[in-house]
Amino acid sequence: MRRIPDRALPWLSVLGVLALFELLPRIGVLPSDHFPPISETLSTLFDQLGESRFWEAVGNTLEGWALGLGIAAGLAIPIGIVIGSSRLLYRATRGVIEFLRPIPSVALIPLAILIYGTGLQSKVFLAAFASFWQVLVATLYGVQDVDPVATDTARSFGFSRPQRLLRVTLPSAIPYIATGVRIASAVSLILTVTAELVIGAAGLGRSINLARSGGNEELMYALILATGVLGLLLNAVFQRVERRVLHWHPSQRTARAAA
Amino acid sequence: MSAERRTRWLGLGLEVTVPVLVLVIWGLASANSDTYYFPPLTDILSTFADTWLFERVGSDVVPSLVRMGLGYAIAVVVAIALGMLFGLSRRARIAAAPIVEFLRAIPPPALLPFAILVIGVGSSMKVFIIAFVCIWPILLNTIDGVRGIDPTLDDTTRVYGVSRRDRVWRVMLPAASPQIFAGMRTSLSLALILMVISEMVASTNGIGYFVLQSQRTFAISEMWSGILLLGILGYVLNGVFVLIERRVLRWHRGARASALG
Repeated sequence: MRRIPDRALPWLSVLGVLALFELLPRIGVLPSDHFPPISETLSTLFDQLGESRFWEAVGNTLEGWALGLGIAAGLAIPIGIVIGSSRLLYRATRGVIEFLRPIPSVALIPLAILIYGTGLQSKVFLAAFASFWQVLVATLYGVQDVDPVATDTARSFGFSRPQRLLRVTLPSAIPYIATGVRIASAVSLILTVTAELVIGAAGLGRSINLARSGGNEELMYALILATGVLGLLLNAVFQRVERRVLHWHPSQRTARAAA
Repeated sequence: MSAERRTRWLGLGLEVTVPVLVLVIWGLASANSDTYYFPPLTDILSTFADTWLFERVGSDVVPSLVRMGLGYAIAVVVAIALGMLFGLSRRARIAAAPIVEFLRAIPPPALLPFAILVIGVGSSMKVFIIAFVCIWPILLNTIDGVRGIDPTLDDTTRVYGVSRRDRVWRVMLPAASPQIFAGMRTSLSLALILMVISEMVASTNGIGYFVLQSQRTFAISEMWSGILLLGILGYVLNGVFVLIERRVLRWHRGARASALG
């Protein structure tokens, strides 16, 4: 038997899984009322691409994701830089940060409903709260990891404090911040979908739940697949932007050489 | 020297006093609060004592923790086993990559309706969803850990004729364990989050259920006490995990420290 080339392996495994989810419901190993054959799910997904309601849900989800991430990054990066560049400030706030950070953001869902109702605002509040900590902690690490020799050199060359911040601290912290923002992007999407599911704000999460309660399994699976694709795309976009913006940074250069 | 020491003490002082100060300010600012949504801190604390010490421990806290613990344990076992397999076999890794990447990219709550449909609304649905979501960070870290093993170490054990089973258990697992622990830590907070969400969406008991139900019946102090409990739980779980990790990986930290000189 000839060896299957490595390049073909991912395709084969994807095809294999698809075939499995086509055959198992058809021959009755998986109950077909809970697992429609994958071809039906895919054709439902295809139909959805032409529906304006589908794109509306995608738009709603993306809106919550973008606003949540934007607010989180806009607050966390400046705060992280300020706290991170002062030793005293860092120690003073560390306890509070370490206590607030592990709080599961979903615990705040009831509070969000009370204060912001069941619409976009709740979604954005939850997404922003959860993403904030990711970006903040990454920024803190980045600022504290600045090479002290570089800072001292800049200082002895008479750079002012704002100049040092802009030319030394920020550039060397940016790779950390970028990673933090990329993780925060996934977190923001998770919280947006959670809010749609639990609170019932418009978006993919609510559509999935409605499809389930309406007994439309094909649609439910199609929307779950669509949500997964959305997650993949967002991550890919971030990785690409990161690579482009940080092409000068060693971490990206070695990554490219290895790939 | 003395200036440095002073800064150090000042730092330590701030580290202790600021969190206390935050609590005091919260207490004072809310003391005469008429705002319905923000009851006085003292009210929340007394409700907390009434509710969670220990009236609802058996009915809500224990079921929640059992679901979470089971789901997490399943995820750890499955993820480490799969991770070893994928870490050892390059071809298995290449074949599984697209499927793992896709399953991991689905925002976990989107799978809840699926789990409800297929498994129902009972505890096993929650255990399933927690396990399913917690697998990915541990799996990916295990793969990275196994791949990062020093090839000399691997070759040496081979040359000395160490059996495959011993190589896996005594060489690879320990060598990959720092990374595995990093993944397990990420998964722990995911487990807590998924526990709360799954109980909010479909449950008749549990902490998540209690918090959302309190909000729906406008029992605001109860709601706050539940949020407080979840915060404490997150903090304590994280702390316990760090302690265990330090203990298990003591040898690793020691080796690191001596290598760095």
